[in-house]
Formats: sequence, structure tokens, C-alpha cells
Amino acid sequence: MEKHCTDSQVKGVSTGTTILAAIFDGGVVIGSDSRASIGGEYVSSKTINKVIQVHDQIFCCMAGSLADAQFVTKAAKSHLAFHSVQMENPPLVITAASVLKELCYKNKEELQAGFLTAGWDRKKGPQVYVVSLGGMLVSQPVTIGGSGSTYIYGYVDAKYKPNMSREECLQFATNALALAMGRDNVSGGVAHLVVIQETGVEHVVVPGDKLPKFHDE
Amino acid sequence: YALENIIHLKQIRHINIMLLISFVLMQDGVVLGADTRATSSEVVADKMCAKIHYIAPNIYCCGAGTAADTKKTTELLSSNLTIFSMNSGRNPRVVMAVNILQDMLYRYRGQIGANLLLGGVDCTGNHLYEVDPYGSVDKVPYIAMGSGDLAALGILEDGFKPDLELEKAKELVRAAIHAGIMSDLGSGNNIDICVITRRGVDYIRPYQDSEYKDNRYKKMKYKYRPGTTPVLTEKVVPLKLEVVQETVQQMDTA
Repeated sequence: MEKHCTDSQVKGVSTGTTILAAIFDGGVVIGSDSRASIGGEYVSSKTINKVIQVHDQIFCCMAGSLADAQFVTKAAKSHLAFHSVQMENPPLVITAASVLKELCYKNKEELQAGFLTAGWDRKKGPQVYVVSLGGMLVSQPVTIGGSGSTYIYGYVDAKYKPNMSREECLQFATNALALAMGRDNVSGGVAHLVVIQETGVEHVVVPGDKLPKFHDE
Repeated sequence: YALENIIHLKQIRHINIMLLISFVLMQDGVVLGADTRATSSEVVADKMCAKIHYIAPNIYCCGAGTAADTKKTTELLSSNLTIFSMNSGRNPRVVMAVNILQDMLYRYRGQIGANLLLGGVDCTGNHLYEVDPYGSVDKVPYIAMGSGDLAALGILEDGFKPDLELEKAKELVRAAIHAGIMSDLGSGNNIDICVITRRGVDYIRPYQDSEYKDNRYKKMKYKYRPGTTPVLTEKVVPLKLEVVQETVQQMDTA
């Protein structure tokens, strides 16, 4: 079968995704769906992992071309490991985001990948950064990305409150991902959520049948 | 009309492995399967091509896409891993093979037409990875790739259970490839199976012969006894060799 459609925006496997990150009181939640597609019509993987750990308490979510995103996160991971050995200290979240930003900006002609970086560090606590396609780096308390994000801007703007509790934030993130997956054909599968706090990291997986259902389902 | 079309076709006729390969992770190992047809557009170029390539004693790789690309990429990977093993004294891990492949294919931005499925057993367990020509990697419990993958995937999705036992896993892979062979023109001929477990590798080639095999080959022999072709003349010219110089060097074996 023709696996590499040239009419699609992304060459090869695309993550065609929904990713989000949100700060709550004492930590940050970062999450994504788990679908990888080719040409917008074939689901090449139902269980792809888009939330990658780049350091002990720093995670990033990828969007765009899967090959480009995987390569950039691998390069960033090794860069950060080396950086933390040199500094004799765990890296800051902004450092991780900057590493991704440098790679995306310097190679913007060749790359088609965007990232959300979220984590916890001793200096500033929980933070969320967005590195967009061209290499812009912006810090936000809550952010969404990927093709499925367009369907949940309203929900996120209406429902996000600063200083939510951990459970409220998890519920908010799950609802947002479920809504996006319900409307976007290239987002789907399970919801991967990672909760990062000072005490540690927790990975929550919500399988498709346990996702919240809304009025029309 | 049909002939006209063929004459105007200017296509590079490279040999394609538009094939069918599938994989299943079972209880104590990995089962790889592949068909054995290699095509060059509409002609079958090789009826018994080997699509399951050796990477390391515990790692094998199935390749779909352009035949030359899959063969060369896997050979390069295999030699890289052998050198690494010798240098470090460690057995290669499947995840390392995957990383090397990913780096190589990503560097060439999809120009290397190799869809590879890597499977193997190492000290960390049984692993199956899928690598796309663009360099994206996915870890999977079962997968089919190639032109006949959709048909095979149907069988795999229906029959796959985690921790299958060996005979059931082999039968599942065989059934999946058979479905692909029946539904796809680019796949066909025999089915090869390779079973990798902690104890070793069982490369069964062929696991199942095609029902449409040409039985004439059994009767046709390509060995002819001396004298079948009549000898008209014979001329023998002995080559005279002269010893010009002789030196002896003692090896110090103390």
C-alpha cells in the first residue's frame, strides 16, 4: 500500500494528535492521546507513546512528524543528561524547553515537529512551556497542541482554573482529551497522563472504554 | 490499448519486496514470518527470496520495501552490532539495534525504502520493534507490514493473545501470511518462519511450500555427467614455474 502520501502535510507517520499540559497547585499534568496515522486515513499505531521523559522530572509531548519528533527528543534527552552531569544538578524545565527550541529553530526548514514541555524544578516549581513548529518558546499555565486541540480551546478556556487540586486537574485533562478524541479523526486510543510533582512522577493511563462519555455517546 | 500503455511506461524497474511479514510476541520468544516473493513491477523477480535477515545470534529482522535497501541496511546493522559486541564484550540488545536503525534511516530522510521489523530476545526480555523509512519507531506486541499487511493484520488482531504458546503462535503467523498471500498480488510463493527464543533460533525455510509450486524442478536436474557434451579437441599447456627466490624467516614462538 502507498504508505507515504505526498498530499498530506507530514511525510511518513504523523502523530496527528491532541496534547495538553496544565499546572495545578503543587505540580503539573501533561497528557496526550495515543494514535499515530499515515496520510490522515490509516491508523498505523493505536498505542504510540507521545509523552517522553527527557529527564527525571521533565516530560515532553510531541506533535507533528513522528520520525522528526522522536529524533529531536532523543537528541534533547542526551543533551540534557550531559548538561546535568556538567552542572552537577538536575536541569531546569526551561533548559529542557530551550534545548528543544534550539533544535526546532535551527532546523526549521527540515523539521516538522512541535513540543509541550512540562516539569518540576527547585527554582520555579511546576512549569509548562510550548515550543511551536518554527521554534517559538513560550511559557503558559495551561496549553494544548496538535490537530485535536482546535476542538477543545473553548473547553479549556472555560474550565481551567489556576491552583486546582491534583484530582480536579486530572479530571480536567481527561475530559479535555476525551472531547478532542471524540471529534478529531486523527486523535484516539488511550489517554496517557503524567503527573509531575516535587515528590515524584506518576503515569496514569485511561483506556478508551474508561474515558468520560458525553451527551452524544 | 493495453500494449500502448506498457510502451509509454518509463519506470525504474527496481526489485521491490512488496511483501508480507508479520511478527508475534509469544510467551518465551518471538515468531517472525514472511512470504518469499520479490517483484519487479508485475514480474516476480525471485520466488524464494529470504526476507528474514540475520542481525545478531539473538536478533533477526524482516524487511519490506525496496529489496536492495532492506538487504544493505540490515547488513550494515549486523556488522555494526558485531563490532560493538567485540569491542565491549557485551551481547547486543534489540533496543540498541533499533536505535542504530532509527539514526541511519532518519539521516536519509525517507530515501531508503526500508520498512523493517526487528525482533529478538536479550537479557531484558522479548522485544518487537517496527521502524519506518522516515525513522519513526514503535514497540509492538504484533505487527504486519508490506503490501499485504491489511489482510494479515486482520488475522493477527483476531487471533493474537498475550503469552501464546509456540505452536499456536507459529500457526497464527502462518495464517496471517497466508491471508496476505491470498489477497495481495505482491505477496506469494512460500512462507518462511523464524522462531527466536532464549534457547536459540529456529529458522524454518520454508515453513510452508506454496500449493502452486512448479513440480518440474524436482525432475529437472542441472547436473550433467561428463560426456553429455561431446569433446571435439583437447589441448593441455603445462605452466612451467621456476623458483626465483626462497627466504625463510623464523617465527619467535618462545
